[in-house]
Amino acid sequence: MKILVCISQVPDTTTKIAFSDNNTQFNTAGVTLIINPYDEWYALVRALELKEAGIATAVNLVTVGKADAEPVIRKALALGGDEAIRIDTDSNDPYVVAAQIAEYAKSEGYDMVLCGKESIDYNNGVMGAMLAELLDMNYIGFASALEVAGGVATVKREIEGGEETDTCSLPLVVSCQKGMAEARIPNMRGIMAARTKPLKVVAPAAIDALTTIASYDLPPAKTGVKMIDENNMDELVALLHNEAKVI
Amino acid sequence: MSILVLAENAQGSFKKKTFEAVQYAAELAQKMGTTVTAVALGNVNDAAMQELGQYGATKVLHVADARLDNLNARAYTKALATAAEKEGAKVIVCLHDVTGKAVAPRMSARLKAGMVAGAVSQPDTSNGFIVKKTVFSGKAFAFVNITTDVKIINLMPNTFAVKKGEGSAAVEKLDVAFDDKDFGITVKEVSKVTGAVPLSEAELVVSGGRGMKGPENWHILETLATELGAATACSRPVADSHWRPHHEHVGQTGGTIRPNLYIAAGISGAIQHLAGVNSSKTIVVINKDPEAPFFKAADYGVLGDVMDVLPRLTEAVKKWKASQS
Ligand SMILES: Cc1cc2nc3c(=O)[nH]c(=O)nc-3n(C[C@H](O)[C@H](O)[C@H](O)COP(=O)(O)OP(=O)(O)OC[C@H]3O[C@@H](n4cnc5c(N)ncnc54)[C@H](O)[C@@H]3O)c2cc1C
Ligand SMILES: Nc1ncnc2c1ncn2[C@@H]1O[C@H](COP(=O)(O)O)[C@@H](O)[C@H]1O
Repeated sequence: MKILVCISQVPDTTTKIAFSDNNTQFNTAGVTLIINPYDEWYALVRALELKEAGIATAVNLVTVGKADAEPVIRKALALGGDEAIRIDTDSNDPYVVAAQIAEYAKSEGYDMVLCGKESIDYNNGVMGAMLAELLDMNYIGFASALEVAGGVATVKREIEGGEETDTCSLPLVVSCQKGMAEARIPNMRGIMAARTKPLKVVAPAAIDALTTIASYDLPPAKTGVKMIDENNMDELVALLHNEAKVI
Repeated sequence: MSILVLAENAQGSFKKKTFEAVQYAAELAQKMGTTVTAVALGNVNDAAMQELGQYGATKVLHVADARLDNLNARAYTKALATAAEKEGAKVIVCLHDVTGKAVAPRMSARLKAGMVAGAVSQPDTSNGFIVKKTVFSGKAFAFVNITTDVKIINLMPNTFAVKKGEGSAAVEKLDVAFDDKDFGITVKEVSKVTGAVPLSEAELVVSGGRGMKGPENWHILETLATELGAATACSRPVADSHWRPHHEHVGQTGGTIRPNLYIAAGISGAIQHLAGVNSSKTIVVINKDPEAPFFKAADYGVLGDVMDVLPRLTEAVKKWKASQS
């Protein structure tokens, strides 16, 4: 069984978000890129566990990104994985990213594609389902457990107001979230090994974007917290009712 | 031409968030000079479908196949695509929830229709078709221009207040040519959180952090939640220490919620926690440390010990409720 894990690079959570060029560009100055947490902690680690258990034969990583994404993909390789593929383009349009990955993956015979439940930069949460459509595969999103035996995956996933356990024959696309695996820290051996693992750079296919980002905006600053005396909870309740109008 | 909206089947009827999506579509339809057709899948009550007219749908296309009672992205997509073709849909509205996130992107890829994931505004059509969405976990907004002829909007639930109007939608059956491949996912087991309000849909949430000191104190917080009719949530270390179940953990690595009211008790307000809750309409922070970062993100703050403040707040809510009735 061959697994492809989608890895995106995102600004570190503690990044101060700022925009330039009249609020049309995200200001990347001084921003540290990290592996999207869901990809690193859940999708990648679960794929590695399946390989260690002898269920997967190969785990490859793919990222759509320019050369500045390489340190992040090397870090992912240090956790494990056989080789990485970088598709040399960048886009804010989720369809472009999905279509680039699909173009590469369609002839590679992957049995399973794992991605994270969402990227923490654009918070779309759409990649897995788009890929599944483009690769003509089934899709199970928001999975918190994944087992594979005899070409059939058993997946626990979130549904409206609860959880569901499903089975599905491979090939399959799964988006991963908490519960799926325990985060790992790369060790020295992994870091050394990652230096010599293949990192293939693939030219992008010609794909038109379906959306563009016209501009960005920052939310209005909080006007400041209104402090209420700890002995006057009646006042808080009255404010929640009359002023905030939430109860 | 019309606007299509996916009306999510919730055990044979619809939830408030579906009314919100229908109303959103109806407002847009008015602006565009067209009408709204809702698509209902599986076993759904006729009266419930007609009632979608009260939120602005003129027609409901009902695909009555019982296999659609469970979420299956492939089959749902085929049903919605069949309806979109029949209606000549120019805009398709789904909710940005578990169902919408499985279906809308498939529709987008199938129809090559640009989509906005998590819209929080009506489209601005004065210069393109621009929809606002939150990015960077609520730290910013992006204005996304959909440049394709057919457009897909996944509306963030609980963004607009729902107003019930008059009207009744005409229900029509729609046949969809499914094949076995469309039902490749087999459901083995379903466990729904019963009784309590599901966190993802809750309008009021009471949440606890390490300042609650241990699971033995959670009843104090739960009493307040029950009194308010609120769901309960927690910070990550609380779930990691097994004080609370993992599905209650909110934040960057947990759930993202946007209730009308979020009460944070004994939570410091780390950036990773805020990422999951800072789109809440109103935030109340109870903390004994005046320097707790959460106060900066709060609308109302109470400086004090959660063990004292929570019971007092519960009493105050009780008193207020009694005065209302
Ligand atoms: C990559 C990454 C992802 C993360 N993801 C998440 C996430 O998804 N969700 C999340 O929550 N965290 C997440 N974290 C952890 C986060 O950084 C914080 O460590 C965590 O949110 C702290 O939880 P806490 O506020 O409950 O505990 P603490 O930081 O220990 O804060 C406890 C607070 O309670 C107050 N307090 C103590 N006693 C009392 C009392 N008796 N009465 C009133 N107040 C009291 C204290 O003043 C303090 O402010 C993540 C961290 C990283 C690095
Ligand atoms: N540029 C990218 N390259 C590779 N995978 C990506 C990229 N962007 C997103 N993904 C994958 O898709 C998942 C969901 O992302 P999104 O739909 O953008 O929120 C992420 O967790 C990644 O696994």
